[in-house]
Amino acid sequence: MSSIAIDAVSKIFGKTPALKDIALDIRDGEFMVLLGPSGCGKTTLLRCVAGLEQVNSGRIRIGERDVTDLAPRDRNIAMVFQSYAVFPHMTVGSNIGFGLRMKRRPKPEIERRVREGAELLGLVPFLDRYPAQLSGGQRQRVAVARALVMDAPVLLMDEPLSNLDALLRLQARADLKRLHKEVKRTTIYVTHDQVEAMSMGDRIAVMREGAIEQLGAPMEIYDNPATQFVGGFIGSPPMNFLRGAIRDGSFTGDGFAVPITRMRGDLQGREMVLGVRAEHITIADDGIPARVMVVEPLGSHALVTVLVGKTAVKVQAPIDVAVRPDQAINLHFDEATLRWMDAGTGSAIQR
Amino acid sequence: MRTRTERFLPFALLLPTIAFLTLLIVIPMVQALLLSVMAESDGLSLDNFQRMFADVNFSDAWRNTLLLLILIVPLQIVLALVMALLINSRFRGHGIFLYIYAIPLAISDLAAGILWLAVFTERGYLNSTLQNAGVIDQPVLWLSFDNFAGILSAIVIAESWRATALVLVILIAGLQLIPRDFFEAADLFGANRLRRTVHVVLPLLRPSLQSALIIRTIFAFQTFAVVFALAGRNMPVLAGEAYTWYATNRNEHVAAAYAVVVLGLTVVAIIVYLRVLGLREAEVQR
Repeated sequence: MSSIAIDAVSKIFGKTPALKDIALDIRDGEFMVLLGPSGCGKTTLLRCVAGLEQVNSGRIRIGERDVTDLAPRDRNIAMVFQSYAVFPHMTVGSNIGFGLRMKRRPKPEIERRVREGAELLGLVPFLDRYPAQLSGGQRQRVAVARALVMDAPVLLMDEPLSNLDALLRLQARADLKRLHKEVKRTTIYVTHDQVEAMSMGDRIAVMREGAIEQLGAPMEIYDNPATQFVGGFIGSPPMNFLRGAIRDGSFTGDGFAVPITRMRGDLQGREMVLGVRAEHITIADDGIPARVMVVEPLGSHALVTVLVGKTAVKVQAPIDVAVRPDQAINLHFDEATLRWMDAGTGSAIQR
Repeated sequence: MRTRTERFLPFALLLPTIAFLTLLIVIPMVQALLLSVMAESDGLSLDNFQRMFADVNFSDAWRNTLLLLILIVPLQIVLALVMALLINSRFRGHGIFLYIYAIPLAISDLAAGILWLAVFTERGYLNSTLQNAGVIDQPVLWLSFDNFAGILSAIVIAESWRATALVLVILIAGLQLIPRDFFEAADLFGANRLRRTVHVVLPLLRPSLQSALIIRTIFAFQTFAVVFALAGRNMPVLAGEAYTWYATNRNEHVAAAYAVVVLGLTVVAIIVYLRVLGLREAEVQR
């Protein structure tokens, strides 16, 4: 058993609260992504689990064991650092075996497991090289191999792909996901990249200002963001937001009116924000009037930025869409996909 | 015009250093070499070296210089390393220690020698303290000509006090160049403090250790002022003999021969350090 239980954890740097009363349960073998903008506390939370930071209050349990007051080396965890922290004075083989040597495992076992780790990550030809002789992607794999051979039930990863170029990142993302399926370690993965989070996570904890804004499976978060912040952070392009209020069967704001057929009666007249994804908007012959600003052909589809009233809205259109900048068009919103948030708090409202 | 300025700017910036080194190092060095191989009348000869080897103090000076080197340099490196690791562990108030450790850096070596003479001399601080505490009845002649161990200890203590801070500063600068991730990775992958130091910190500190060793060794071969202040000529050293031959015996040729020996030793030591401690090319980050 190596579930992780984070219970009411708070962390304060000087006078700045970095983590506010965080509670998070991670299941055995789960791939949990901590996602958020820089400064949201995701890396701090990971470092608290690693023991590289001390919590100010709260407990952290790994399996049945309370590790809150243990040193990092006693927590039975492995970690991949954002900078990789691959030791430049050791060969690839020595780097991979570092943790096993520190734990004084017998030599044959170390050799065997270094070999296995190198095979798993395609590093066998480089075992005798020094990190300086490797590319960034290879160094990243050395860092992953060093963490995996530890056989620690918990694997922590701090933005392991952020130093790779775009093409390599795509490859490494798939590799890491495959590795997780093979080794089944309980994993906490920190990233600011929502595409990584969506594609890799079993569940995502979206963080903001030291608190977890929403916790759920990727598609759950994508489809039903708990707040305007989450909707705007997840998805590329982010969710579109229009501000207004329901009056006489339509959602009316600054220069637009969206017809609405079903809505709770008590929401009449309340200031709300409508959230709609780019792929749920179609360009139609009649509907909500809009004016085209920019057309971006992206190969598989075109991204059209239009003005609805005074708000810019991104629309995903077929690649052969025949619109030009400045053209007046009409939009159709798929009503079932519309999401509603309170204009003041940004929290989702059930229809 | 701009490219031309850019091309010459680096040379212009290097010029003061080159001029300084040429004037104060290169020219005197060449002069010393010439002096050492010039006969007193005229022409080239090795007479000066023969006189130096035949000098009664030569073997003592040679032995003492190497002895001081072997005692002082490792002691200073170890002390400085412990102090640097302590300061780098960022305990509360670590900054004050750095300032305290660095004080001797501001004192000239002759002044430091005289300061320690005041401690070790017959009616010095050490004897009066020990007498007051009742540890000894009579003042001990720490620096007497027949107390070789006493003189040696006094010099080692004085030199360590005076120059360890120089090594410390180099090592602290080196430690601060090591990214904290390496320390954390070592912790996380199971290294305790000692093993972390041995397996991660020291190897990564090698370039700084190398600089510190080279600088300290050069200075150790030149040890003179502190020795002279504490022991006079009871403890001949190579640099001191060069001075004596020049100032007292008024023979600049033999003095130069001593200087050339010091130079030769220094060059050999530097080559050894570069070989033993140098980074393998494969380790150097592109």
